[in-house]
Order: sequence, then C-alpha cells, then structure tokens
Amino acid sequence: MRLDLRVGMDVGGTNTDAVVLDENNRILARTKQATTSDVRSGMQNALTYVIDALGADAQRIGRVMLGTTHATNAILERRSLGQVAAIRLGAPASLSLEPMESWPDDLREAVCVDACILEGGHYVDGRRISPLDEDGIRKFLSSVANTVDAIAITSIFSPTSPQDEARAREIVSEVLGSNMAVTLSHEIGSLGLLERENATILNAALFDVVGQVITATQDVINGAGLAVEMWLAQNDGTLMALDFARRFPILTIGSGPANSLRGAAFLTGLTNSIVVDVGGTSTDFGVLINGYPRESAAAVEIGGVRTNFRMPDLLSIAIGGGTIVSGTAAQPLVGPLSVGYRLNTDALIFGGVTPTLTDALVAEGRLQLGSHAVPQNEKEKLKSALQSATESIADAIDRVTVGNALLPLIAVGGGSLLIPPDIVGVSHVLHPENGDIANAIGAAIAWVSGHWEGVVAHGDEFNEAVTNGRAIACRRAIEAGADPQLVEVVDQTETPLSYLSTPTVRLVIKAAGPLSNL
Amino acid sequence: MSKKRITAIAQINKDDVEDLAFGCALLGTGGGGSVGGSILEVKSAIRKFGPVSVVQLEDVAADGLVMPICGIGAPTISFEMLNNGGEAHLLRQEVERVFNKPVVAIMASEIGGSNGVEPVMWASRLGLPIVDADTMGRAFPEVQMGSFFVRGLPLTPIILVDFQGNSVTITPTSGESAESESRAFTIAAGGVALMADYINPAATMIGNVIVGSISNAIEMGRAVRRTQEPIARLTELLGAQALITGKISEIERHTHGGFVRGSVTINGTGIDSGRQVRIDIQNENLVAKENGRILASVPDLISVLDTQTGTAIATEEIKYAMRVTAMAWPCDPLWRTERALQTVGPRAFGYDIDYVPIEDSVR
Repeated sequence: MRLDLRVGMDVGGTNTDAVVLDENNRILARTKQATTSDVRSGMQNALTYVIDALGADAQRIGRVMLGTTHATNAILERRSLGQVAAIRLGAPASLSLEPMESWPDDLREAVCVDACILEGGHYVDGRRISPLDEDGIRKFLSSVANTVDAIAITSIFSPTSPQDEARAREIVSEVLGSNMAVTLSHEIGSLGLLERENATILNAALFDVVGQVITATQDVINGAGLAVEMWLAQNDGTLMALDFARRFPILTIGSGPANSLRGAAFLTGLTNSIVVDVGGTSTDFGVLINGYPRESAAAVEIGGVRTNFRMPDLLSIAIGGGTIVSGTAAQPLVGPLSVGYRLNTDALIFGGVTPTLTDALVAEGRLQLGSHAVPQNEKEKLKSALQSATESIADAIDRVTVGNALLPLIAVGGGSLLIPPDIVGVSHVLHPENGDIANAIGAAIAWVSGHWEGVVAHGDEFNEAVTNGRAIACRRAIEAGADPQLVEVVDQTETPLSYLSTPTVRLVIKAAGPLSNL
Repeated sequence: MSKKRITAIAQINKDDVEDLAFGCALLGTGGGGSVGGSILEVKSAIRKFGPVSVVQLEDVAADGLVMPICGIGAPTISFEMLNNGGEAHLLRQEVERVFNKPVVAIMASEIGGSNGVEPVMWASRLGLPIVDADTMGRAFPEVQMGSFFVRGLPLTPIILVDFQGNSVTITPTSGESAESESRAFTIAAGGVALMADYINPAATMIGNVIVGSISNAIEMGRAVRRTQEPIARLTELLGAQALITGKISEIERHTHGGFVRGSVTINGTGIDSGRQVRIDIQNENLVAKENGRILASVPDLISVLDTQTGTAIATEEIKYAMRVTAMAWPCDPLWRTERALQTVGPRAFGYDIDYVPIEDSVR
C-alpha cells in the first residue's frame, strides 16, 4: 500500500481544522470542528471525521502535520509549565537586573525554581568577560537538582560566542545526567540579552507542554489504527521533526498564522502578496515574501514577557465575523467585542438579538446565511458599520504594505467575505476556495527546513563562508527529511553586529524542500 | 505659541519612570538611544534602593560638587552587556579622589533618549539627589555639544569607568582630544562605558545649564500618556508646531562610523493631503523641509511621533507606512547665541543654511 496521503491539522483557539491531501495536493476530505477545552477530543473529532470520510483509503495516510496553539495558551494561562532554573553567564556585567525580574509575578512563580548570574560570557569582539565559573555552575545545579524540570542557559554575546553555553550544557549532563532538558539561548534568539534570556526560559518551561501534545496526538493517531509519521508546524511556515520540536517547543508559537499564510500561497499560487485571515473575533494581516511569512523585526511580547525569537510579522485588528455592532446609523460602533462561537445563536440572522458584522454582510446581500431575515430597522446601522469596518481593514492593509507597488490580497478564514473585492490599496482580491481551512492546508503542504548560522567578517573569505553555509543548510534540510532533488535556499539574512573593528555580520541561511515520498 | 510653565518635581518614584522615559524619548529627537531597556533597570533600582530626590541647582550647597553622568558607546551593545550596577559607585569614588571633595548631587548630561533616564538609576543606587537640569535640553551626538562647552566652563578631568571596575582619568588638551580619548577607553571597555565630565561646584553651573529638564520630561509623559489627543496636548505644553501629519513614504538610512545618516519623507494625509515634508537625520532629526523651504532646523527640536499615541519614534525604528506627526518646538534660549549656533547650528552638521528660529520659519 502506498502511503501517499497527508493530514494537515490546525488546533486554534476556536476551531480545530483537518484536511487530507494526496500527493498531487488534491483535497480528499476536510472538516472544521470546535476546539474542546481538553484539546485532545477536538483533535480526535477532527481526525475521526476525515478518516471516516476517506473510508478504506484512510490506510493510505502516511503523515500527519500538526499546527497547535498549546504553547501559547500554556503561557497565557500559566498552566502545565515546567519548573525552570535559569543560569546567566557574564558577571560582573548584567548584575543590575536579575533573570525574570521584570516578568509578571504570577508567571515567574509558575516557572522559576531559582536563577543565578555567574562569571563567564564574552565581549562583542570575542574577548572573554571573565573565566567561566564551572564550580559555580555545579553548585547551583546541585542546589536545584530535586525541584527542576529544565535548565535555561544564557551567556552574554552567545550569538557570536556560544562556547560558554555549550560548556555549561556539558556540566549539566555531568551533574544532573544527560536526560535533563536544557535550552541554550544562542539556539533561540539574537542579540538583546533580556529578550533572548526570556525566550530561552520560556522554551525550557514548554518542554512538557509540547511533549504532551505530541503524545496525545500519537494516541489519537494510534487509536484510529494508523501508523504514520508525525510533524509539527513551526512559526516560519515549515515543519519540525518530533525530536527537534521537543527541543524547541517555543517555535510552535505563531505557527497558526504562519500556516494560514502558507496555505493562502498554496491555494492561489501567489508567492508575494498580503494575506488576511478573518476569524470570528479578530483579523490578522500578514505578508508573504517569496512564499514565506515576513518575519517581525521588533520584540514580541508573550504573556507579558518581552522576547526576541523569530515570529511572523502580523497586524491584528479587533474585527471579525462575530464582531458586535452598536451605536446608531450616523455613528456606528464596531467591536471590539464579539459574540465569538455564539454567532449561531446570538446573531440576528439566527434569531438572536445581537447585531453583528455577519448580519451586515447578509443585509447587504454579500452572504446568504441564517434562518431569520435582518430586521428592517437595523439595516441602515449595519450598512454604515460595514463601511466603517471596511475602512479599518483598508487602513490595516495600508500599514502592512511595504513599498509603493500594489500587491494582490488573499482573503482566507471563516469571515473572509468581510473583505470586499474592491478594497483599496491592493491590486486585486482573491477569495480562494477552501480558504476557511487555509491553516490546516498550510500545515499539510509545508516543507521541511534546515538552518545554518554563523558570524562572518566582510572580506576575502565572505563568499566562501556563504557558499559553505548554504550547503550546510541544504544538507540539514535533507537530513530532516526533505527531498534532496528539490531542496533550495529560501532565505538569507545578514545582521550587522559590530561597529568596533572589521564589519562583521551574523548570517542566517535557511533551506527548505518538500518531504520526500514515503 | 507660548510655552507653559511647568511645576518642579520633587521626587521620582517607580510610577514616574515611564512618564520620564516618554518625555526623554521625545526630547531625544530621534536619537539618544532607545529608552525601553533603561526603564527596567531604573524601576529595579528604585524598588531596591528607593526613590530619587529631584533638586534645583540653587538648593545645592554652592561649593558642593555636581557630577554630570552619561553613558557612552553603542546602544546595541548596552542591550546585550547590561550594567553591573556598581559603575556609579566607582565613578563617584574616582571623582572624589581626583577633586578631593564629596559629590553632593548628580545630573544628566543629556536629557534626550536613554541618557536622560539612566542617571535616575545611578542616583537611586548612590542615594544622591538628581539636579533638575541638563546640558543639552535634548540629545546631541558629540560630547562638545553641551552648554558647558558653549559657555566656556573649565574642561575638568573626564572620568570613565566600566562594569569590570576599570577607570581612567583623562585631562584633555582640547574638545577633540576629549572625544577621541573617551572613545578609545570605551572601545577597550567592550563598547560601553559610564562617563562624568565638566564636574563642577553647583555655583559654577548656575546659569549655564538647561533648567527643569527632568520635571519637563516627566510632565510631558504625565500629560500625554493619559489623553486621547496627544498631539494637541504636546503642542500646548511645549509651544510646538505640528509640521505635518501623515504617513512615512520614504526612508533613506545608512550607518557609518557609529552614526545613522539619511532622511525620512512624510506624505500628508487628512488636512495635510498633498503636502510632503522631508526630515534630514544624523542620529537626531536635524532639518525639516517642504519643497526646499526650511520649516525647522537644529538646535530647535524636531520629533517624529506616533500620531495615535504621541510616542516618539526613534530614527532606527521608523518604518514605511507608519502614521506619524512631525513636530518642532523652540530650543532653550541658551542655544540661540552666535557662539552656541557655531557648535550646534545647521552649519555645524554640514548644512549650508542659516538657522531660523521655529517661531519665524513656520507660517
């Protein structure tokens, strides 16, 4: 039996979507189920639905790709987080602010076992700040041995000089055994000590959360009688193998929007465009560049903590299909409250008493839905509310646009009809079929990637370093499962590091390719 | 367009830090380093070492030594290699050794940007009051662009320290030497250092500083962070002119020798539709032009603000399509003398134009 079918699944805050594609990326089955509070039964419902729809062909499923919001929720709700001990290397620098000192109290209490700042670390030019305090690390580790789930290690200027973090990891193995989970900051983020340290500690706190998601999903898959390979979606729109995902659980944060951007690209064949994902409560605006999400350059706040790990650059506005309309026809008030998942009972068109933007779409004749007509006396207000929402959408499009050339716009998500075909600021609007499950499709069609990064001085050896870096990134993608024939470099970023001596850049190269056939 | 009188602040508490930082960012006129990183350090210090008293120069003992403080070096490095916390203790100790006199208060050399916020952390850690004044009333890129140089105050020994506990005392023969010697220590220190210069008795400083800098910055934050109409409130508070409200349409920016140079162009929207203003930048916003006509020029202050929140946007944070208002307001009268303009006027930055006070150039 050929294992030529793939299931893409996306667990969002409201819905759990699943889609089955064959090797030609034809959609064979799809579903949208409500996300359940235990998450597992929502996944089970979605998976069972598509398996039933496939019938005997379900045995052809070879892979399941999962995008999930578990990690984000765990941080926001301070739930199921691991107990972390944080080590910062770089004293006597940085003693003025302790690790996690600026975190919200409840999150720190949920995560932190203990923290220390010890000697070690480097200057920007690679000189040592102080000799690495190996004894200090040993003592600290012994003191937390019985209470800790994971260790987070951050050394000053580790993005350019990672050796102290690497040595500290060896010491963790010596003291706490090689099974102790460790996160090193240079594998997580870039320059900016506190932001990188925060992301490193959060990553260490998420090991269990994502580990449990993996186990739960495998249970669901096994329960359905399938023997498949499983992949997790990460926030750059590519896939992670499970062992990688277990080491970098924080990279699942933001995978939903990344998937929906990639899904939109797939559904339209466009590689450079604006993507609007309209949900029930809010709308996300993102930008596709060469088929991948544009990444945010600014610090990203998660659960009240500033971090600097890579995330898709998104603009969100509080407008969606369930957004509540109040005020008057002359001065309509649009949102920010939404009826959310109660749309099917509360909206006017379903016999409820709350006017929403979905009612406005029906009143305008742009959508046919519901069991009740929109009352005549609400129509004028709804009309001007829709106009006001359209203005906000046009404004957001304008904000995410870079440069003067007009890009096409792809509207996806359950409420995508809120985007009118003649909206200003774009070349044209596409409403692709199956756009309401773009995120699950994005997970199913995602490529697998490999990275190389290093610090390179501009000069004679620069080009050679780039060539080597590209080859290593491609090799890593192939090792991760990408088809050797189809791997290509999809991104190359240079960040200037030093103004002190020779111009030096941090070079990050990403290669990606589709999974090879099973 | 007259500037509103501002009541002097007596103490800086933890809750005042963000207001202060908001004002310092505005006074940074695009430069001076991002205030975001400093806020956490200052709040942490106040939590551990207590609030900071704010004093006027006249209230300090006439012969009491005042220590002006500023950080020197690359902001990107200071975000990675954070302070030890003990730097100011060493600085004070060295100053007292060289001058053989106790330090009675500290002062911000430069109120604009992070250098306006961080001295509050040092004051808290030292348990010393901070003087409600500075030597720029804004941010400038070079050491000699301060009121003490312009007024010819004695160029005293300059003292620098780093987080390792290294210190140097420089007795420079000229302003240029002061700059190059300080840079040399900073590079050896890994790119960031803490500096005290123009260390003088309070009496010598009176009349030679920009008065009210701290109160002014906190007042800006207090007024604007709690209003729906930030631009209107700022115009009123500072006696400012809104030059244009619109959208960033073009950014030209390059980094050279540690300085950011370039320009940003704002296309007007709403009532400013059809207008276009260009701002020339060298670390700070220096000259604002419309169709070649000068709307505002250095040393008057030019800030680019987020139209909705009134938050100042640093040069390196400006992005295409941001909704901004460019605003300009008069500098301290101290900068408007002929000698001062030689040091900080448009020609000092290589622009072949005369300085025209904002009051005369707009409308």
